[in-house]
Amino acid sequence: MKPPPFEYHAPDSVGHALDLLATLEDAKVLAGGQSLIPLLNFRLARPAHLVDVNRLPGLDGIYERDGGVAIGATVRQSIAERDPLLRERCPLLPLALQLVAHHVIRNRGTICGSLAHADPAAELCAVLLVLGGQVVARSTGGERVIAARELFLGPFETALAPEELITEAWLPAHEAGEVTVLEESRRHGDFAMAGVARFRDRVALFGVAGTPVLADPDDPTRDLQPSGDLESSPEFKLHLVRVLVARAYGRTP
Amino acid sequence: MRVNGINRPAPSIPRRLLSDYLRGECGLTGTHVGCEHGVCGCCTVLLDGRAVRSCLMLAIQAEGHEVTTVEGLAPDGSALHPVQLAFKECHGLQCGFCTPGFVMAITGLLNENPNPTPQEIEEGIAGNLCRCTGYASIRRAVHRAVDLMQQAPSPPSGDTPPPPASPGTPPAARQRDI
Amino acid sequence: MTTRWFGAPVQRLEDERLLRGRGRYTDDLDERALHGCFARSPYAHARIRSIDVQAARGAPGVHAVYTAADLPFGDRDLPLLIPHPALTHGRTQRCLASEVVRYAGEAVAFVVADDRYLAEDAAELVEVDYEPLPVVITPEAAAEARHLVHEDVPGNVAAQLTQQIGDVEAALAEAPRTLSLRLRYERGAAQPMEARAVWARWDPGERRLLVYDSTQSPTSIRGGLAVLFGLPETSVDVVAPDVGGGFGPKIMLFYPDELLVPYSAMQLGRPVKWTEDRAEHFLAVNHERGQVHDVRVGFDADGRVVALDVDFIHDAGAYTPYGIILPIITAAQTTGPYSVPNYRTRFRALYTNATPTSPYRGAGRPHACFVMERTLDAIAADRGIDRAEVRRRNLIQPDQFPYDTGIAWQDGNRAVYDSGNYPALLDEGLRLLGPRPVGDNVGLGLAVYVEGTGVGPYEGAHVQVLVSGKVVAATGIPSQGQGHATVMAQIVADVLGVEVADVQIHSGDTRRFQWGVGTFASRGAVTAGNAMHAAALQVADKAKRIASEQLEVDPQDLELADGKVRVRGVPERAVPLAAVAILSNPLRYAFGGGAEIATQFQAPPRLGPPLAGGEQPGLEATGFFSPSGSTWASGCHAAYVRVDPRTYRLEILRYVVVHDCGRVINPLVLEGQIQGGVAQGIGGAFYERLVYDDDGQLRNASFMEFLIPYATEVPDAVIGHLETPSPLNPLGVKGAGEAGVIPVGAVIASAIEDALGVPVREMPLSPQRLFDLKARSPR
Repeated sequence: MKPPPFEYHAPDSVGHALDLLATLEDAKVLAGGQSLIPLLNFRLARPAHLVDVNRLPGLDGIYERDGGVAIGATVRQSIAERDPLLRERCPLLPLALQLVAHHVIRNRGTICGSLAHADPAAELCAVLLVLGGQVVARSTGGERVIAARELFLGPFETALAPEELITEAWLPAHEAGEVTVLEESRRHGDFAMAGVARFRDRVALFGVAGTPVLADPDDPTRDLQPSGDLESSPEFKLHLVRVLVARAYGRTP
Repeated sequence: MRVNGINRPAPSIPRRLLSDYLRGECGLTGTHVGCEHGVCGCCTVLLDGRAVRSCLMLAIQAEGHEVTTVEGLAPDGSALHPVQLAFKECHGLQCGFCTPGFVMAITGLLNENPNPTPQEIEEGIAGNLCRCTGYASIRRAVHRAVDLMQQAPSPPSGDTPPPPASPGTPPAARQRDI
Repeated sequence: MTTRWFGAPVQRLEDERLLRGRGRYTDDLDERALHGCFARSPYAHARIRSIDVQAARGAPGVHAVYTAADLPFGDRDLPLLIPHPALTHGRTQRCLASEVVRYAGEAVAFVVADDRYLAEDAAELVEVDYEPLPVVITPEAAAEARHLVHEDVPGNVAAQLTQQIGDVEAALAEAPRTLSLRLRYERGAAQPMEARAVWARWDPGERRLLVYDSTQSPTSIRGGLAVLFGLPETSVDVVAPDVGGGFGPKIMLFYPDELLVPYSAMQLGRPVKWTEDRAEHFLAVNHERGQVHDVRVGFDADGRVVALDVDFIHDAGAYTPYGIILPIITAAQTTGPYSVPNYRTRFRALYTNATPTSPYRGAGRPHACFVMERTLDAIAADRGIDRAEVRRRNLIQPDQFPYDTGIAWQDGNRAVYDSGNYPALLDEGLRLLGPRPVGDNVGLGLAVYVEGTGVGPYEGAHVQVLVSGKVVAATGIPSQGQGHATVMAQIVADVLGVEVADVQIHSGDTRRFQWGVGTFASRGAVTAGNAMHAAALQVADKAKRIASEQLEVDPQDLELADGKVRVRGVPERAVPLAAVAILSNPLRYAFGGGAEIATQFQAPPRLGPPLAGGEQPGLEATGFFSPSGSTWASGCHAAYVRVDPRTYRLEILRYVVVHDCGRVINPLVLEGQIQGGVAQGIGGAFYERLVYDDDGQLRNASFMEFLIPYATEVPDAVIGHLETPSPLNPLGVKGAGEAGVIPVGAVIASAIEDALGVPVREMPLSPQRLFDLKARSPR
């Protein structure tokens, strides 16, 4: 399973990266590669160009701003998992990261890459949504902020334009007691059959719709029409949602 | 890039996977290829001391970095690395195909966290598949490796240990109790 | 002979090399080999209208593209390995399909290029015009036979076989109670961590073909290639180097690549290698698939079985290269350790448009065990009898051996159990399991099983003491992780009185030993182990004869220990084994290293020629072991599980195995085999399944979706031992390779049924399945 041919670009500045994204036809951003490279190996993705953003300077920061924490595009998931600032100010993220694949994958995978990939079963997308976070997207045309509610459009589909690059994600600060994340997966590290991220009285569900979705904690399956997958039918997913939401609030279902 | 301390030229073809580059151009066949989609862990190597899947990296991405493969843990003739020795003592391998991946993942883990809790050990070995041993002897080998490394006076060969990790991860709110 | 090594937990001799990354797996070989890649059918059933390889041939780096039309053997069916009279409609595929494809993944073209990347690029350019045909996927659909997999096989029935002891119909009619059950067991695939690989080089000067193959039977591959290419078998060398797991699919022989790689090497004048990737492994390497069993059982008020009738269908996949071994094993092993006076077993092996099936660790025994154990649990529930007690009442007793089941076994004989103590296994299993953990939703599961092992026809070994005093031995069977190099060394070291580390074992290399069958069916220790033993004994006898001349004592007064041949009771009167090796070869010319002791003026005087009639030079011997019948290992597994009543997540709280494989050579190796088998059993019980859609496409052909358990899903098993030596071989060993996996499905099903209160009649399970079963069951 070898990747098909592509042109490889390793820009050394954000401006250069944005120029490439603006001018190249059929280019994909290569960040952690933990989702993209399997697709290349299976030849399910055949981009003409890869723009490797791993060497871009200035995107590896984790810092406080605007009542929350900003995380740069090249920050590895394993770094974020252990970061003292995130642990203290944004504990839901390190908590959720422990559910993401395995630690070796997290050594390469990036936070922002996971958000851009928009897997419907991804924990981090649900975390962004339930916290009301946002991403900063830059292009040669400028910069804009996309709120979580507007970012995820469908399975593996975001509001990002092809020439846009997420340079930073931002999560509002919160307390450890205000948040929970639970999921049911088949094996350790697998994608969730159903998952719940809770922040105060908000819940976001993942693995049960085309994107992460906010739900009513008292009636979490209202209007929910999950598609089944190999390991969980729609009915089972609905059942798991009810169980996990109840557990997230410390209730026995 | 440097592989086991030796300078290596960049690969000529961008799509060349790091796993194939190490096995082919570098002749280091100790790193094995089991799935090429990042699940089995047979291809695990250290990149700047941290465990990564070499099948999920383009070789060209390793330029400017230090790669350590299983061959780099105990250079020719030298004594086995404590993790290798622990596997030998505990019958931690049968066919040996997944073994370099486990050894590198565990070495990466213990470099960062020399005193892991049983839960952290379990997390550390979950993520590599073994079809032969059923994992019991691998578990024992990790515990044994922790003991051996605590006896060893100097850090393991072949890589620069990354900065120490923050103390203990918060308990995961998960439904997993093994 | 010492007993120093037999039974000792010797650390493996193989490990240092493997741990340093110095293993030699087939893909590790290079020597500037070209790389092969297949173009495979995406359709499960289709007629091929045309194949166009022009674009592929012109692709960069391509040296050749082969279709069936390009091969002299292109229209020949691949061998049907195990013919059987009941296999009236056996079918095998061709090397490359040209008329019809019958499973998704069937090979259509073979590309050889400079590297695998370029070969894959070129394979994508092979254009095949397919006309899709109707697809038959499940065994039930095959039985319905609205569509045929092979036009000339009526009803999709490859084989049909009925066997009976006693009179089942009469016994059922008279039985105080009867029950009917349908039990569906879907296995999956072995998925060794190393996929398959073949490397070949043709030497035109020497006219020799050398093949490295990740196979479980190099001797068979060698025989087949010699016949196919019209070469003397002595000009074909096949080596199984380090092999990263076998578990059965690598005993399937003559996969298309095993012919095409050597063929293309011969054609192109360059070494050629082909290494499968995981995606193609899922499609192209044999699975072991489903069986559906309809059971009728008659029993008395005490739960004693008086009659058992099992009618099952077996999913053979699209072809039957391995014959009907799998259903034969299920048929023979269903009654297992239990005494069933009237038993009828009928099976039909059916074709489906899916990957062909052949043994995977367990090989039909897990199905057999599942059927019997579920039936006994159903009887227990019906009679309100404790599940362990109902088993006790039906077990074969220790004084009933040898026990003839009356049913045909896979070696062509009847299944006759050699020795065992099944009640003791059950009692010890329960004792080791201990009391039920406190808490809700906990269930207990147990199962007792037998395992026919050590089948023939034979294995062989050659043992030689070198002039250094070290020992080299070789056997035909290859290793895939079972520790043969250590286990065999222990056997030889004991006989020759040397250190284990001084015995080097070569295995699976026809250049070193050309006779043998293969590694499968838990037979390595029994057959090759006993062959090693036989050869080593001959060497020991010869060493004593030679030493007796030096020491002027009777050979019977001599023993081998500490690397010497010495007088029993007078250890200082000794000759080093190294010297005996030198003396065994009468020399004219001394070449150093003490060789002068064997030259004409130094050697002890004797009557007659230097090499006596019937003697051969050298301290070496070849031995063979050919079993008169299988040995029968056995065991009991028991477990406590907890099933979350809401999420249906399974937690295995405690898993115990009490195992009897006769005498144990290396307890470390044995426990590793058992634990590994348990892990595969847990995988097959709750995680692994192959999901086909209605078009015959495998939907989960990746490790992301075919769920092999990680360490977090597999607890440490607690392992206890019993030893009832086999009377059928000198070492008393029975084989242990499959023991860990056989009863796990039955145990997990039994435990989940106990925990959840719903009947479990299928394998595998999952949280989803339990949710469905619970939803369907009456409250």
